[in-house]
Amino acid sequence: MNRHMQYLASQAVAGKLSRRDFLGKAAALGFTAVSANLLLSGAAKAAGPQKGGTIRLGLQGGSTTDSMDPALVTNTVGLMVTRLWGETLVELADDGGIENKLAESYEASADAKTWTFKMRPGVTYSNGQDVTAEDVVKTMERHSGEDTKSGALGIMRGIKDVRADGDSVVFELDSPNADLPYLLADYHLIIQPGGGNDDPAAAIGTGPYIMKSADMGVRFVAEKNPNYWGDLGNAETVEIIVINDDTARVAALQSGQVDVIDRVPPRTAKLVDRAPNISVHSTSAAGHYVFIMHCNTAPFDNNDVRMALKYGINRQEMVDKILNGYGTVGNDTPINASYPMYTALEQRAYDPDKAMHHLKKAGYDGEILLRTSDNSFPGAPDAAALFQQSLSSAGIKLDVKREPNDGYWSEVWNNKPFCTSYWGGRPTQDQMFTTAYLSTADWNDTRFNNEQFDQMLVAARGELDVAKRTQMYADMSTILRDEGGLICPMFNDFVEATTDKVDGWVEGVPGQVLMNGYAASKLWVKA
Amino acid sequence: MSPVFKLLAQRIALSLLLLLLISVVIFAGTMVLPGDVAQSILGQSATPEALANLRAELGVNDPPVQRYFAWLFGAIQGDLGTALTSGQDISEALASRFWNTLFLAFWAAVVAVPLAIFLGLLAVRFKDRWPDKLISGVTLASISIPEFLIGYVLMYLIAVKLRWFPSVAMINDSMSLFEKLNAIALPIAVLTLVVLAHMMRMTRAAILNVMQSAYIETAELKGLNAFQVIYRHAFPNAVAPIVNVVMLNLAYLVVGVVVIEVVFVYPGMGQYLVDHVSKRDVPVVQACGLIFAAVYIGLNMIADIVAILSNPRLRHPK
Repeated sequence: MNRHMQYLASQAVAGKLSRRDFLGKAAALGFTAVSANLLLSGAAKAAGPQKGGTIRLGLQGGSTTDSMDPALVTNTVGLMVTRLWGETLVELADDGGIENKLAESYEASADAKTWTFKMRPGVTYSNGQDVTAEDVVKTMERHSGEDTKSGALGIMRGIKDVRADGDSVVFELDSPNADLPYLLADYHLIIQPGGGNDDPAAAIGTGPYIMKSADMGVRFVAEKNPNYWGDLGNAETVEIIVINDDTARVAALQSGQVDVIDRVPPRTAKLVDRAPNISVHSTSAAGHYVFIMHCNTAPFDNNDVRMALKYGINRQEMVDKILNGYGTVGNDTPINASYPMYTALEQRAYDPDKAMHHLKKAGYDGEILLRTSDNSFPGAPDAAALFQQSLSSAGIKLDVKREPNDGYWSEVWNNKPFCTSYWGGRPTQDQMFTTAYLSTADWNDTRFNNEQFDQMLVAARGELDVAKRTQMYADMSTILRDEGGLICPMFNDFVEATTDKVDGWVEGVPGQVLMNGYAASKLWVKA
Repeated sequence: MSPVFKLLAQRIALSLLLLLLISVVIFAGTMVLPGDVAQSILGQSATPEALANLRAELGVNDPPVQRYFAWLFGAIQGDLGTALTSGQDISEALASRFWNTLFLAFWAAVVAVPLAIFLGLLAVRFKDRWPDKLISGVTLASISIPEFLIGYVLMYLIAVKLRWFPSVAMINDSMSLFEKLNAIALPIAVLTLVVLAHMMRMTRAAILNVMQSAYIETAELKGLNAFQVIYRHAFPNAVAPIVNVVMLNLAYLVVGVVVIEVVFVYPGMGQYLVDHVSKRDVPVVQACGLIFAAVYIGLNMIADIVAILSNPRLRHPK
């Protein structure tokens, strides 16, 4: 792009040149309308966020049974609403590191067992109260108490003690954990006045917006917090509308009733993207669709049977047909490039000969039964049928049994020896392994029991040398890939869409959906 | 005591008895649901203490008969208990949603009922000629297509392509009546298409039935034109079956609009019920069941009362 055009574009954005004149000049200089528009939007980004206006989001996943209590948030709507009015101590940054929110700085002791977070001074809640270290202590206690129902309970388990020390908060851990900041970035751990003990659902926090109305499972309205300490929040008003029906959600975007939607169905995403005023954004993420075998149950207790099935799945075909290309191939480990300290391992590919070889070596010729259901992941029965076909090309017979949705998560998953399932991923490798692959894990759904793996996991948790730690995690993924009960053919992307009324979308933000849940406060309404 | 009054009293008593029986069925139905309520609310990670606490809170340990009467007397006084999932007062939460459902049903009825009856009269007037065939064909086609599909098609054409009306029918208290009607235009259109055929065909059939009578022949011989014959002499005598089918469809507009509520994101009772069924929130399901049953029974009762009152033999006993 030549410099004269860029100058013109910046003039146009600044309002010194009308859009029509700019496009006319661009055409005269031989630019196509598309590239001229690209230049304009680039210049608009460079000009920085516009303030004011209303951003409306149409989201799936809200229900009338939801609660405003951040401890009980389980879905996208809850995440987005909580992000409007509340904040955590620290947050996952766009580059995968950690950025400070209510903590101004933090440091760990040499053994990574004691962590001190210094509070950001002069921050107030939306009710005017000052934020204190004591509030943080009480918040952490509320999420880790005996009778808490908090979604962050699993994270809090390794924390022995939290205490206030002047304007700092000190965390004492049971065992070394270099990942503590990643855990405290969990979206349930919103700092509330008095820890939220009095009224957890009052929605009083330090976020860029203040809730004006909240109708569970229907609609939420928030307005800019005039006393917000940071630089988030461009629109004056944010409106979140719950639209659980896929078709209705896409129609609401197309008809201009909302400016942002989540979960664009992969089947229609390319069609939606064709509209001139709509952009579809896909973000690779940590969520993965899986086939899980119990390593302690015949025939899956024989690693050759497991290897036969791992070689007998066509990963690329799964990504193309089940995810319509909105995803990436998996490698029989739950870890992908969205995690910090990731190492790419040699990619396992579909190989019918190797699959047959391993099955012959195992000497097994009995029935292999896979259970599946519609709600284990979108398109699971189809994926099971594809798996059946790719195995039969290798001369292996797979039986598929379709189970009812109701009760699948209690009767089949983590219960029957071979079934389809879904994992949402975790912020760190340690969390993912600890949740599902440690021999004593609550949700060890592959019945994986490997002493070496367990030892490495604990050792890596306390290792502050990043290079060493990265190598340890690579080794752990290798063990899982070659011995585990997990067949992971694909990682699914987040597929989301915005209209051209809003700008400021950042591609490839790690973490949660919709720019790690910050789309509402980071996007802006175009002038 | 006039026979009309006696009949009416009987009919109302019957309705109340029926409602009472249904309340027993609803209560028993939620009792025999598989699994323990407390267990399904707390999930797999429930501690024994938490389960015990919740069971005591729910009163699961009391004998069923005692629990049924406690629930019934609460319901009679307008207290439907609290939702297990959110701890909200059910009566309060349901009030606004029930009102929304009635709002949508009312406006859909305002459009659909007169239209259906008018089209029915028109079809009778031009019996077996092209207007009759056209009306029957179009309404039958619209009743044969699943309602969510009609919803999607209208959404695409009217909201996305033409942008006349919004695709999200979300209403709230800060809107004026005109804004609300604008918001629910599409669901009204879909519901109208869904209920039109049934009412229109019933109107047509009922009037044609009366048209065979001797007094119609008399009216024709008197020299009245066809329209006058139909609405002065045939229609009043065909009112009972027409009202009956209108009431059935009104009940459907209140109770059967779950799919439309989901498609158009309308905050009515259907969506509320579905969310709580999936979470096994029994008190809410019971409350919704009771209200839906009351609507059905009440509307049918009204239809029967109209039928009784429209019968001249009962109004003027010899």
